[in-house]
Amino acid sequence: MNRAQRLAALNAELAKRILILDGSMGAYLQGFGLTTNDFHGTRFVEHPMSLKGDNDVLVLTQPETIAKVHEAYVAAGIDIVSTNTFNATRISQGEYALEDVVYEINVEAARLAREVCDRAEAQDGKPRAVAGSIGPTTKLLSMSPEVGDPGRRDADFDGMAKGYEEQVLGLIEGGADLLLIETVTDTLNAKSALWGAWEAFDRTGVELPLWISGTITDRSGRTLSGQTVEAFYSSVRHADPWAVGLNCALGPADMRAFLADLARVAECAVSAYPNAGLPNAMGGYDETPHSMEDHYAEWARAGLLNIAGGCCGTTPEHIEHMKHAVEGVAPRKIPVRDVRLKLAGLEPFTAAA
Amino acid sequence: MTGSNPFANFVIVGERTNVTGSAKFRKLIEADDYAGALDVARQQVESGANVLDVNVDAALIDGPAAMRRFLNLIASEPDIAKIPLMIDSSKWEVIEAGLKCAQGKSIVNSISLKEGEEAFLHYARRVRRYGAAAVVMAFDEQGQADTTRRKIEICTRAYHLLVDHGFPPEDIIFDPNIFAVATGIEEHADYALAFFEATRIIRESLPHAHVSGGVSNVSFSFRGNEPVREAMHAVFLYHAIRAGMDMGIVNAGSLTLYDEVEPELRERVEDVLLNRRDDATERLLEFAETVKGGKKKDAARDLSWREKPVKERLAHALVHGINEFIVEDAEQARLEAERPLHVIEGPLMDGMSIVGDLFGAGKMFLPQVVKSARVMKQAVAHLIPYMEEEKERTGMAGKSNGKIVMATVKGDVHDIGKNIVGVVLQCNGYEIDDLGVMTPCEKILERAKEIGADAIGLSGLITPSLDEMVFVASEMERLGMNLPLLIGGATTSRTHTAVKIAPAYSGPTIYVPDASKAVPVVQKLLGDDRDALIAETKSDQGAARESYFSGQDKRPRLPLAKARQRAPKLDYAPVKPSFLGVRAFEHYPLEQLVPYIDWTPFFASWELMGRYPAILEDDIVGEAARNLYRDARAMLDQLVAEKWVTASGVVGFWPANRDGDDIVLWRDERRDGELARLHTLRQQMDKGEAKGNFALADFVAPEADYVGAFAVTAGIGEEEIAIRFKRANDDYSAIVAQALCDRLAEAFAEAMHAKVRRELWGYARDEALNYDDLIAEKYRGIRPAPGYPAQPDHTEKRTVFDLLDATARAGIGLTEGFAMTPPSSVSGLYFAHPQAEYFGVGKIDRDQVEDYARRKGWDVATAERWLAPILSYDPLLKRAG
Repeated sequence: MNRAQRLAALNAELAKRILILDGSMGAYLQGFGLTTNDFHGTRFVEHPMSLKGDNDVLVLTQPETIAKVHEAYVAAGIDIVSTNTFNATRISQGEYALEDVVYEINVEAARLAREVCDRAEAQDGKPRAVAGSIGPTTKLLSMSPEVGDPGRRDADFDGMAKGYEEQVLGLIEGGADLLLIETVTDTLNAKSALWGAWEAFDRTGVELPLWISGTITDRSGRTLSGQTVEAFYSSVRHADPWAVGLNCALGPADMRAFLADLARVAECAVSAYPNAGLPNAMGGYDETPHSMEDHYAEWARAGLLNIAGGCCGTTPEHIEHMKHAVEGVAPRKIPVRDVRLKLAGLEPFTAAA
Repeated sequence: MTGSNPFANFVIVGERTNVTGSAKFRKLIEADDYAGALDVARQQVESGANVLDVNVDAALIDGPAAMRRFLNLIASEPDIAKIPLMIDSSKWEVIEAGLKCAQGKSIVNSISLKEGEEAFLHYARRVRRYGAAAVVMAFDEQGQADTTRRKIEICTRAYHLLVDHGFPPEDIIFDPNIFAVATGIEEHADYALAFFEATRIIRESLPHAHVSGGVSNVSFSFRGNEPVREAMHAVFLYHAIRAGMDMGIVNAGSLTLYDEVEPELRERVEDVLLNRRDDATERLLEFAETVKGGKKKDAARDLSWREKPVKERLAHALVHGINEFIVEDAEQARLEAERPLHVIEGPLMDGMSIVGDLFGAGKMFLPQVVKSARVMKQAVAHLIPYMEEEKERTGMAGKSNGKIVMATVKGDVHDIGKNIVGVVLQCNGYEIDDLGVMTPCEKILERAKEIGADAIGLSGLITPSLDEMVFVASEMERLGMNLPLLIGGATTSRTHTAVKIAPAYSGPTIYVPDASKAVPVVQKLLGDDRDALIAETKSDQGAARESYFSGQDKRPRLPLAKARQRAPKLDYAPVKPSFLGVRAFEHYPLEQLVPYIDWTPFFASWELMGRYPAILEDDIVGEAARNLYRDARAMLDQLVAEKWVTASGVVGFWPANRDGDDIVLWRDERRDGELARLHTLRQQMDKGEAKGNFALADFVAPEADYVGAFAVTAGIGEEEIAIRFKRANDDYSAIVAQALCDRLAEAFAEAMHAKVRRELWGYARDEALNYDDLIAEKYRGIRPAPGYPAQPDHTEKRTVFDLLDATARAGIGLTEGFAMTPPSSVSGLYFAHPQAEYFGVGKIDRDQVEDYARRKGWDVATAERWLAPILSYDPLLKRAG
């Protein structure tokens, strides 16, 4: 199955049922008890900084472990695997002085995920897509790092876009089928990621479907940079996204209202992958696979979902339960395109047709 | 409402943050005074701009740097950044610098074919990749278009180029060039007409595209003469909007309406714009001399509407809910009218129908409508004595759209929702005869006959009211009545109405889910659409019954014995309360309750949906919610300070243990004399082995444990306040006061529960929770109330009240339907078990009903009556079969 065939098959499934995305990488990795030495592997023994906590570098130093996580999710029955590249940009890897291997991380991560999926596809003929994970970086384009100097920015659009372009080039090279711009806390960062992706498409002639997932940081219903759900959607609608969604920060109970907002306006597939509840006092997550299941079942029945997955704190067990919960429920119907002018600041503004 | 607000669908782009149009803004940017520049932006937003135009094109300004800096600063001002930006420059690098700082979807102003197709498409592609819409100027390689033909030619060419290259047509906004008129140059005389004509054709022939323009250009010749400029803008916009212009760069703070322009000036302006006579320019110049200087407007409090004719003042007061001048305006209207009734039927009803239209269109919300109704009532109250005097003199009387008798049924005391529905119907010209609460069936039906009512409306909040409504329906049937019966209130439902009430009555029985549905239903019912509505309702109800009966008993339930086996296996470590027996709390300090108020349900009672405090910033209902909240907080402050109501409560604890699904309460620690017995119901749905089937009794140990109970009220004095406000024709304040008391009672229950946990029972002495945690009930122990999902049997309240002696000690009574009086009261049980949680009993089978009847000492039919809402079966069907 090549990429075009796989995407065609995936889209055919998307029209029929709710697709399943994988869960958290971190929660599952914790179970492996990786040490600093494991993070450094043999390749970065001499690296001047500690790499402990840099999950992305593991695709170079512990590829078998990362493959095991992907395999566990494939065994749980997912349709889409996301690559271990959430922080694989120049800006984020800069914190570990690993700018030079960013491209390589992306290529290897996509290839690793693709290999796991290829093995599964070979066994049962069902398509499994690899979504190249593109995180928000450690910087914000719309907000000042310093309260006293609101006009200041410590990153700029062009530099960030360039970094994203490099990441996307790596993901394309490694065989990713989709791009997942996720955990969008500042929509301007997402816009620079889109810009980088298009630059990469122009250079390679390969164009991947774009999937954009925002993060509502708390019950106020706003992104970190202050946008409401609908304003966020209006601000990324120009990308003709394959899917839009919400992930992270909130557990399923708190995400419900905002997911409904998004499902109301989105003119493409809608995804949701919440955390396993809010972090508790012990830094763990309270939602069990069982308790998550009920939320997904209700969302599915309410017609809010096209793609379901899990974010922080979720495990293959959560995903298995989630899959069970949405099985057999019809996917959300995708509405026809709105022909009104839809503008946005922090809030949406729609002009009459 | 057609035609009354020309700007309803018009996108207002605030122009004051544009250095080419505002010297003040230019000076601020040049002087690096960005705080001042932000103030200008904020003022544009506050004046109602939908989009903020930002232009920093001036010789002495570094464009890209200034654009970047200003937009970055705006990004940290949420009250400005909430609206979209128009990034306006004649230099591409300034536009691009702005786009790189804008997270939202902005508009670029502008791109054009000036440099040819290739450059145009290059810019358009980049605009699209930045996620912006674009203003496209009617400008090509030959220059700017000034005739109708050239404008259309260029715009049509640009449109097809863009759409063919994937640019969304709705993101194209044409600017067909607004040029100055009345310049003294003959070729300029048709400029405005050309714009109107081109606009019309563009909007007709280029689907989804918009038309905008910089309106102030048109009056350029009259710089320095603001009154004439404003008049020109108003008249220009009037014609342009009619032609299809749907966006404009204007001074958001000073938009004048066409109708408000002084007629002689308007005519002269119109002559110029429409090029109606050769001497139009001279005549306007002549007139302009006379109005130079002009008047200034008071921005803080705009009372210009006071200068309008009295009819318009009445409409304005109604739409904006301003009651300050209503009596004097009503009086003036009365003096001008032939009969006082004409004031009501004319200007007042016209104003209310605007309110009704806005409400129907979702542009006004309940609190605003109820405020409008207050204005209406006060106007009517002023007119009534004159009407009565006239009636005595002439025998003439007024007419209404119809009469409706409304009542909260016997046994129930809740009427906030019913009051709102009544007010909304009154606004629409219906006469409402409100019989209040706890109204016996006979009284409702007698009154309906007596006044010749056109319909009866029943309301109820607690489940026993549902039975009473069925009773009223069957009485209407027995008496051979045929009046429409309207059903509403929190426990009522479409299904219950279809399954239980409608079959008892052959007349029309219609469920009205909320106040906004009340008006259309009544209008249809009392108008020409009556038969259609009745037929439709009957068919809907038939379908609802069918689906109800076919849906019955489908979900798997367990036999009671099996459900009991699946009771949760809990460990018990009972904690002894600090006292046993009952303790009363009289005159509880109201100010201590305020921090415990959960505001979300307060907004819900006004049909404003959303969580507090986010609701205050909501896109749609935010403004209505903020105003309501401001009024409510002000009243709450006064209510607390002046002690309008008294809060009293009573709490008790007793030695107890479970006995099957019952809880036995003992007189004292010897545990040999039974004081009372609480009965609980067990979930019977099959949830699988792993999950327990709960009953409240599970939270009490089989031996040596305790339970508590409470009853609190914050409603002593509430009724008097409501009556006082209603007498002043101020239903709005009456409803706010009732809703506040309701919230205070809930807050009291919450505050008392906290005191119980930390002190009186004392099983959680170290508990420290913030407001959100409290609202989310993140604490140990529960306080379920009889009549709610964990124990749906209202009659258990009697046991709780007797245990507490709540009527004597706290002044709270129980009606025969087990509603509490005053209505702002809360009662319930306390369970301290760490795993105690709220649950819903769900539907139960006949085996449990029989068992429960035995335990309660009832016959099965009595049990079925009180448990009707949770029966898994229809008792009538069972007996028949």
